[in-house]
Amino acid sequence: LIKKNNTCVCANLFRSKPSQRHQASPDLNKIKLIKRHELEIDELRPLYMDFQATTPMDPRVLDAMLPYQVNYYGNPHSKTHAFGWESESAMETARRQVADLIGADPREIIFTSGATESNNMAIKGVARFYKTKKRHVITTQTEHKCVLDSCRILASEGFSITYLPVQANGIVDLELLEASIRPDTSLLSVMTINNEIGVKQPMKEIGQICRSKGVFLHTDAAQAVGKIPINVTDMKVDLMSISGHKIYGPKGVGALYVRRRPRVRLEPLQSGGGQERGLRSGTVPTPLAVGLGAACSIAQQEMEYDHQRVSMLANRLVQKITSELPDVIMNGDAEQRYAGCVNLSFAYVEGESLLMALKDVALSSGSACTSASLEPSYVLRAIGTDEDLAHSSIRFGIGRFTTEAEVDYTAEKCITQVSRLREMSPLWEMVQEGIDLKSIKWTQH
Amino acid sequence: MAAAVRSQVISLYRMMLTESKKFPSYNYRTYALRRVRDAFRANGALEDPRAVERLVVEGQQTLALIKRQVSIGRMYATQKSVVDD
Repeated sequence: LIKKNNTCVCANLFRSKPSQRHQASPDLNKIKLIKRHELEIDELRPLYMDFQATTPMDPRVLDAMLPYQVNYYGNPHSKTHAFGWESESAMETARRQVADLIGADPREIIFTSGATESNNMAIKGVARFYKTKKRHVITTQTEHKCVLDSCRILASEGFSITYLPVQANGIVDLELLEASIRPDTSLLSVMTINNEIGVKQPMKEIGQICRSKGVFLHTDAAQAVGKIPINVTDMKVDLMSISGHKIYGPKGVGALYVRRRPRVRLEPLQSGGGQERGLRSGTVPTPLAVGLGAACSIAQQEMEYDHQRVSMLANRLVQKITSELPDVIMNGDAEQRYAGCVNLSFAYVEGESLLMALKDVALSSGSACTSASLEPSYVLRAIGTDEDLAHSSIRFGIGRFTTEAEVDYTAEKCITQVSRLREMSPLWEMVQEGIDLKSIKWTQH
Repeated sequence: MAAAVRSQVISLYRMMLTESKKFPSYNYRTYALRRVRDAFRANGALEDPRAVERLVVEGQQTLALIKRQVSIGRMYATQKSVVDD
């Protein structure tokens, strides 16, 4: 609605003659509609339950970053003046904070632009460095898109890739993994915690297998770092990807852990001035690196407290929903999981319509990077979920800032909307009458 | 704990809660209130004066942080959350 001279244009329409005002003129109805629309725009914000897609920044992280956005703006690679020195000192402090969280040495941490870049660097870099002798890379079918796509690029360069299947609970079969390692395997990549179903892989055992066979182990730990205790020595991991915005840090920064003993060599993806040990050239963004460091240090402090709270809230959500609604399936192993990622399939309900019905809760039906396409999630397909159940899955993300009130609101809304949608569903009616849907022969009309 | 230190800790606790209530964001506000309360509760039995002193200093720094972040939150305030009373 265009406002002229700060008065509403529709004010002119009210200067009608007294006799005309008694009729409900079409202009008046239009004005009412416009006014109501304007009020609706100023509506309340939905509550956030999508912590796997991204997390809000912790106020302590923002507080640590701001001085470097305002006054301490030097380039950390400038060696000749105080601006450079103070910026470099902040960057090195951040590096140590990241290293301490995962039990690494600060010299083993490389700052990148995020976990996607770290994954690309690790997979393409290691494979290409050892390509003269080793041409085989192994990964799983439930990896993040950036890992699968990097492997696809390697395949087009002549590497041979094995995509390991996962069991119905989402966990890789260790015997199958060991059997698929060949003498010419250079790298195995398995994500620690899956971003869609929250399943935790047995990293210690996988690390043991890889160490014994002389294969480098890379893990995408974006969803795991800061949430569960991680030690790169215990896990026998050689490369690890870390993402800032999954642990209440800033977006646009991440890190790659590259083991020094025994040394892992990589072919750098980004060439330039040789920063970050020559593995990732480019000015390190000090404010973002400081933010990542602060986020890691806070995560280390708060890990126990957050873990207890998130587990309690996740249990509360699942108990509330499953006690009122039948035919709800949790995707992924019930024990080997991170509590804060709950993926539920509601049978006989379509996922997109449920998301639209729950419009004042921010939820997702799969990972953010694949939600634009109409296909159901490949992760759910890999764990053997039926096509129709895969379409009805919703991912609930619980994090540090979630409250009991938000969980209760989400559970109640979910129960109401699923019941309502099921009432409207002819499939649900048939199931209530005892008809087995799999026995129906659907005909064309 | 000496009486002077005890009253200092109590006044710090009250100030932190007062400032935390001013967060415009529902999630930050509830987190700050909950975390401050749980942290003071967890450290309630502490006797060692140096440890107590260290925590008090940390508390004062956190209080300053809360004040700064509340101002920033107010500068960039948005609508209230659905579950906000």
